[in-house]
Amino acid sequence: MKLDNLIKMANQIGAFFEAMPDRAQAVKDVAKHLMNTWDPRMREQLLASLGTEEEGKLKPLVRDALATLGRSESGR
Amino acid sequence: MNAYVKACGETDFGTPQKVPEGTQSAGAGGLCMSGTPLRGQATAILEIDGVSVTVPAGTSLMRAAAEAGVMVPRLCATDSLEAFGSCRLCLVEIEGRRGFPASCTTPAEAGMKVRTQSPQLAKLRRNVMELYISDHPLDCLTCSANGNCELQTMAGVVGLRDVRYGMTGVNHFTDSVTDDSNPYFSFDPGKCIVCNRCVRACEEQQGTFALTISGRGFESRVAAGQSESFMNSECVSCGACVNVCPTATLMEKTVIDKGQAEHSVITTCAYCGVGCGFRAEMQGSDVVRMVPWKDGRANEGHACVKGRFAWGYATHPDRVTKPMIRAKITDPWCEVSWEEALRHTASEFRRIQAKHGRNSIGGIVSSRCTNEEGYLVQKLVRAAFGNNNVDTCARVCHSPTGYGLKQTLGESAGTQTFKSVEKSDVIVVIGANPSDGHPVFASRLKRRVREGAQLIVIDPREIDLVNSPHIKAAHHLKLKPGTNVAVLSAMAHVIVTEGLLDEDFIAERCEDKAFADWREFVVRPTNSPEALEGASGVPAAEVRGAARLYARAGNGAIYYGLGVTEHSQGSTAVIAIANLAMATGNVGREGVGVNPLRGQNNVQGSCDMGSFPHELPGYRHVSDTLTRELFERDWGVVIQPEPGLRIPNMLDAALDGSFLGLYCQGEDPAQSDPNTTHVTAALAAMECVVVQDLFLNETAKYAHVFLPGASFLEKDGTFTNAERRISRVRRVMTPLTGMADWEVTMALSKALGYEMHYAHPSEIMDEIGRLTPTFAGVNYEKLDAAGSLQWPCNDDAPEGTPTMHVGQFVRGKGRFLITQYVPTDEKITRRFPLLLTTGRVLSQYNVGAQTRRTANADFYGADLLEIHPHDAEERGIRDGDRVGVESRVGSTTLPVSITERVQPGVVYTTFHFPESGANVVTTDNSDWATNCPEYKVTAVQVSRLVGA
Ligand code: SF4
Ligand code: SF4
Ligand code: SF4
Ligand code: FES
Repeated sequence: MKLDNLIKMANQIGAFFEAMPDRAQAVKDVAKHLMNTWDPRMREQLLASLGTEEEGKLKPLVRDALATLGRSESGR
Repeated sequence: MNAYVKACGETDFGTPQKVPEGTQSAGAGGLCMSGTPLRGQATAILEIDGVSVTVPAGTSLMRAAAEAGVMVPRLCATDSLEAFGSCRLCLVEIEGRRGFPASCTTPAEAGMKVRTQSPQLAKLRRNVMELYISDHPLDCLTCSANGNCELQTMAGVVGLRDVRYGMTGVNHFTDSVTDDSNPYFSFDPGKCIVCNRCVRACEEQQGTFALTISGRGFESRVAAGQSESFMNSECVSCGACVNVCPTATLMEKTVIDKGQAEHSVITTCAYCGVGCGFRAEMQGSDVVRMVPWKDGRANEGHACVKGRFAWGYATHPDRVTKPMIRAKITDPWCEVSWEEALRHTASEFRRIQAKHGRNSIGGIVSSRCTNEEGYLVQKLVRAAFGNNNVDTCARVCHSPTGYGLKQTLGESAGTQTFKSVEKSDVIVVIGANPSDGHPVFASRLKRRVREGAQLIVIDPREIDLVNSPHIKAAHHLKLKPGTNVAVLSAMAHVIVTEGLLDEDFIAERCEDKAFADWREFVVRPTNSPEALEGASGVPAAEVRGAARLYARAGNGAIYYGLGVTEHSQGSTAVIAIANLAMATGNVGREGVGVNPLRGQNNVQGSCDMGSFPHELPGYRHVSDTLTRELFERDWGVVIQPEPGLRIPNMLDAALDGSFLGLYCQGEDPAQSDPNTTHVTAALAAMECVVVQDLFLNETAKYAHVFLPGASFLEKDGTFTNAERRISRVRRVMTPLTGMADWEVTMALSKALGYEMHYAHPSEIMDEIGRLTPTFAGVNYEKLDAAGSLQWPCNDDAPEGTPTMHVGQFVRGKGRFLITQYVPTDEKITRRFPLLLTTGRVLSQYNVGAQTRRTANADFYGADLLEIHPHDAEERGIRDGDRVGVESRVGSTTLPVSITERVQPGVVYTTFHFPESGANVVTTDNSDWATNCPEYKVTAVQVSRLVGA
């Protein structure tokens, strides 16, 4: 799938949760949203962008959320 | 024959049922805040023809008599309309009173002794009847109403034997001219008895005010509009007038053609989310007419032009009735047997899975299909395909509703019944156009507004409700497309900063911390109406006025539609709506609530049935082990714990080569989904596309297998409307294809090696009830007994749940969520300076596959682009010109209608006709939470076509 599109969608999720006052909770909520609604192949592709120059396109909140998922292959 | 299949005809009680005093809502001012009705039901005990009867005070004598089993002759009265008292046929005698009062307009009082029959009454009635008949053509034997004519019946009842005045004097029938302009009914003024029923139906039931009685005395005649033809008048062809006409004056053309029906079957409309009940009147397996069902709780005897008249597509010659296959989409179709089509499909799907993995195929089920069909498709995908790649077209309309309401209130569904609007004091309509999209609900809403409720419309366009006969919105917040969240947050700001919160409700029923966070957010100056005025285009004073009106409503109800959900912030806007309702205590009783107006007949149902890639039936996540185990035990398979692909993801995955097989039941993504070029490229990239539909739709152009589908008239099953009301759909004709849709899914599953065993859709519902707590009490027997049931229906609520969240939210405490306005990426630029938004018209339905194949095309035969005079002038565009519409993803051409309904900078169109390609220009921008496409905002340029 187009990585740019996945990044855009992930950043949109980030934009909703960015407004929440508790950042740690927001990181968890972004991660949970990705886990609950994204097919694993989409998550895996997005995770693979971590550590590449594409990572810079991610909102910091999304990057942090992905990092928590990154501990297992697709997060679960 | 059961109670729902019977000989034609319904009981007419003469005048409407009286609601016992004290059970109606208090007016604006808020006496209903306690949420419980006022007590006390005044009744009257009286005697009619010696029979004692008890009725609510204020009931007419005619109705009281009917309750006592006595039918008083009548012509101008019918129980769907307020009594009028013009025909003088219903006279009675009351002991101790002089004269002969009309029973339809005289209220019952305690102690009355009423006689409905006496020699004097008989004489009076015969005289009245004689006058009517002397001005009526006596062609009863060849009249279309023969067998169902109230005039004829009443002449019989009163014993009319001769007419002294002869038929040769001045009359209305000799030179009368029939108005056949409406495609569905005719108006033969020669048979009119000027009973005024039609005029009242158009006013009271429909709220269109298209008919009047022109002239006086003998000259008085029914006239449409300013004595125009029906077709040229304001008439919207709802058929209410036809339904109440006691003679053949207003008559369905199908009845004129075919004659009266011999039996009828109760079923449910398959168009919009109102879910009107209908009596299909039949001659054998031939539909004669569809008559709105009086006992249908969603519609209470009313209908719109689609359900009432636009059913002819079911037998349209374009119907494909034989399965077909082809190797390549460029090959011609080849008719095959069902066995071969299904064997071929199964082998293709298995081949693709063997090569590309289990997750390389999936299914889409339409929200037009029944609950049982939807349930089976998700079962097929989960059990036979072995993955969770199942989605429904609710994805592209109301998926944000599911998400937003679940997060805040705890259940992915609307909170009320439609009837609840009768108790609303202030009604907010956001991003919905009920008079076109949900016409029967609009009629109820308009009626309530005529009774005095106030209306707030939030919409970029001036929809009919803003200003129509006897309706004027108190506020129209004419916002720029894409700024719902800004306006809703600004309303919240006003409510909090001006002390309009329902603090007690919040303290008792909502989460403290979440509320405190939300409160801190909305009071920020950046959320004030003044600060957001620039973004939304709505004057701050209007936002303040609307917020105050809603917050002080007493009973404030919000109704919303796709103008809320189909945005990049669709889910956020749904959350913002729920926030407003909680903040003002407007949840958990009649007259209030958060009410999504669902586009299609079974959007609610298809979501309930687990047609989402992340949820099993009853909105339970696939990662939930206990739920999965429940289904695994029942189905004997392993269910994947990871969410599957949503429709837009399926299309993206097709283009990257990881999704290659699709079973598409009743859906037409090539026309209905945004960015057509992208959709068709994805479909073309797949190796096996299976389309199951009535017609060769746009998607079928990319299909390798075509499985013919059945229309709602050929189905047994259930639909769930926007009120969570589950209603039966009953088969009135056998499937033209030889197989019901659920049987096809079952056969496909068998061909894939997973056998399902159902003898009837009722057994599918039994399984749904067994596995889904909110449906535990639903079965066909109970549905037959109750007429319809609103889920949750289980041991806790055996009769169903009309109003949700009473006393407590489904999730326990209500949860406020912060709704930061994030402008859409779809921005106007110098190259694309206008915002295109989309909607639909009354007479056409979505992609038009059905309505285009009916005479509804006479009302709206092509999509139009609405443009403001200012924008038109700037571009040298004249009304009716064909213009080019170009967006970042594509371009199309459309004829133009210049109108001030749209604001400068905004253009609007519908998407009913494939040739207009509205979705060629819409983009793949989507809602952040659910991927619901942002159909409502596309930056475009509009230009005059050279040579046009
Ligand atoms: S058209 Fe029918 S309903 Fe209307 S006034 Fe004439 S008879 Fe009555
Ligand atoms: S069809 Fe409906 S809108 Fe038209 S005149 Fe009759 S009641 Fe009025
Ligand atoms: S309002 Fe909706 S459900 Fe009712 S008749 Fe019209 S299309 Fe059918
Ligand atoms: S039915 Fe009562 S006056 Fe006509």
